[in-house]
Amino acid sequence: MADPVRATLEAVWRLESAKLIAVLARIVRNVNLAEELAQEAFVAALEQWPGTGLPDNPAAWLTATARHRAIDVVRRERRGAELAEELSKDMVSRIDPEADEPAAEDSLRVIFMACHPLLPADARSALALRLLCGLTTAEIARAFLLPEATIAQRIVRAKNTLAEAGVTFEELSRAELRRRLPTVLEVVYLLFNEGYTATRGSDWMRIDLCEEALRLGRVLAELQPREAEVHGLVALLEIQASRLATRTDAAGRPILLLDQDRGRWDRLLIRRGLAALERALTVGPERGSYTLQACIAACHARARTAEETDWRRIVEHYDELARLLDSPIVELNRAVAVAMADGPQAGLDLVEALAGEPALAGYHLLPAVRADLLARLGRHDEARAEFERAAALAGNEREAELLRERARRSGIGG
Amino acid sequence: MRVMVFVKATKDSEAGKMPGPEMLAEMGKFNEQLVKAGVMLDGGGLKPSSKAARVRFSGSERKVIDGPFTESKELVAGYWLWQVKSMQEAVEWLKRCPNPHPGATCEVEIRPLFEEADFQ
Repeated sequence: MADPVRATLEAVWRLESAKLIAVLARIVRNVNLAEELAQEAFVAALEQWPGTGLPDNPAAWLTATARHRAIDVVRRERRGAELAEELSKDMVSRIDPEADEPAAEDSLRVIFMACHPLLPADARSALALRLLCGLTTAEIARAFLLPEATIAQRIVRAKNTLAEAGVTFEELSRAELRRRLPTVLEVVYLLFNEGYTATRGSDWMRIDLCEEALRLGRVLAELQPREAEVHGLVALLEIQASRLATRTDAAGRPILLLDQDRGRWDRLLIRRGLAALERALTVGPERGSYTLQACIAACHARARTAEETDWRRIVEHYDELARLLDSPIVELNRAVAVAMADGPQAGLDLVEALAGEPALAGYHLLPAVRADLLARLGRHDEARAEFERAAALAGNEREAELLRERARRSGIGG
Repeated sequence: MRVMVFVKATKDSEAGKMPGPEMLAEMGKFNEQLVKAGVMLDGGGLKPSSKAARVRFSGSERKVIDGPFTESKELVAGYWLWQVKSMQEAVEWLKRCPNPHPGATCEVEIRPLFEEADFQ
C-alpha cells in the first residue's frame, strides 16, 4: 500500500461505509441507490484528496459529499421541493459525523436487507461483505477464489432481485426481525466456514474471511443483544477461531482436534467465546442449534488435555442437538462422541444404523468415522478398506492424503 | 490483524490521579463504539508504576526491582487489543479516541501483533 491517501481512504471507508449507506438509505429509501451514492463519494474522495490533501475529518467529508448527492437525487426525482429543503437544512445541522450516526435499527435494516431470504446464499454472502464489511469486489473475489467479474455479477443480480421484488429500506417489526434472524445468522456462519474449511487456495487469505465473519457476528450481537442464538453463534465462532493456528501442520496437512497442541489455542478467543456462551444461556430460555454447538465446542475448549474431555456431557449436548435438527450429520458426530464416552463398539453400532442414509451417500466422513472405529476395534482389514473409500470421496486433497496414510497404517499397529 | 494499543503514562497518571467523570464517560462512549464495530477484543487501565515490579534478567541471575519507575513517557498506563483490517484502520480508530489525559500531551502507540502467517 504505497499510496497513503488511498490507504487512509480505504480505512475510513471500512469504518464508515455501512453507517454511510444506512444514512443515505434513510434519505433515498433505497439501499441499492444508497450504496451507489456512497461509492460515488468514495470515488470523488479518491479523485480529490490526492490534490487537496486529507480533509481534517475524512468521515464527515464523505458523509457530507454523499448526502449532497442523495439530496440531489431526491430533488431530481421530484419527491417535492419541500422535502429537499428540509433535508438540506437538516444536513447543515448534522455535518458532525457523531450526530450522523444512524440509529442501531438502521444498521440492522442494512444487515437484514443484505441477507434477504429472496437472495441465493452466495449472493447474500457477497452482499454482506460489500455492504457491511466495506470490502471491495476485488477483495470479495479474492476471498472466494473467484473471478472479480463473477462477484460483480452476483452483486448486480442480487440488487436487481431486490429492486424487482420492491424490497425497500423498510421498518422491520420485531416479529419480522425474529423470523428472518436465522437467515442472517446462516450468512455469518457460512462465511466463517468458507474460511474455516480451507479447501482451496492460500490458507491465510481464508483466515481473513473467518475474521470478517466473526466481526460481523460480534456487531450483530451488539445490535440484537436479546437474541440468544446470536450470542450462541458468536460463542461457536470465537471458540472455533481459537484453534485456527493449530488446525494444520507446517505443510498444511489437517491436524485433528484431539491431536492439536492446546497450548497454542488462543486463550483470549476462548475466554470471549465462553463469555458469549454465558450470555446466550442467560438470555435463553431454550438452547438453539448454534448455542448447543457452542456448548460442545466449549467442552473441548475447557479440557486442558484431550484425555480430560467430558465426552459424557458432549453426548448430552448432541442428544439435544439431534432432537432439534434431525440431521444425519449430527447423528454421525453424536456417534463419534458416544464412541469416546462408551467405547468404539457403541459408536460403531450407531454408525452402522446410518449406512443407508441417503443424505450421507458420498459423504467421506461416514466411511472415515467407520474406519476409525473399526481400527480401534482391531478390525484392521475392514478399516483399511473404509479409509480407502473415504479417501476416494474426500474433496480436499490434503484430507484425502491423511486418510490414505491411515489406510496404509491400518494393520501395522496404527 | 490484531494490534495492541498502548496508552503511555503521564505525570498525573503516575501520581495516581484518577480520570474525572467526564473523561470516563467520553472514554466509555468510545469503548462502546469499538465494541459495536466488533473491533475491541480486550482492554484495561493499569495502576501507576508505584504498584509495579520488574524482574531484571542478567545471564542466569534474576533481580526483583520494585516500582515506582521514573521514565514516565516510556511507561504504559492502559492498553487495548483491537481486531482491525490494517494499520490505517487502527490509526483511524485511534484518532477518534478522546485524549486519555485531558489537557496533557501524551502518546498512544499502535503495535501490530505477530500473526501465524508471519512464521510461515
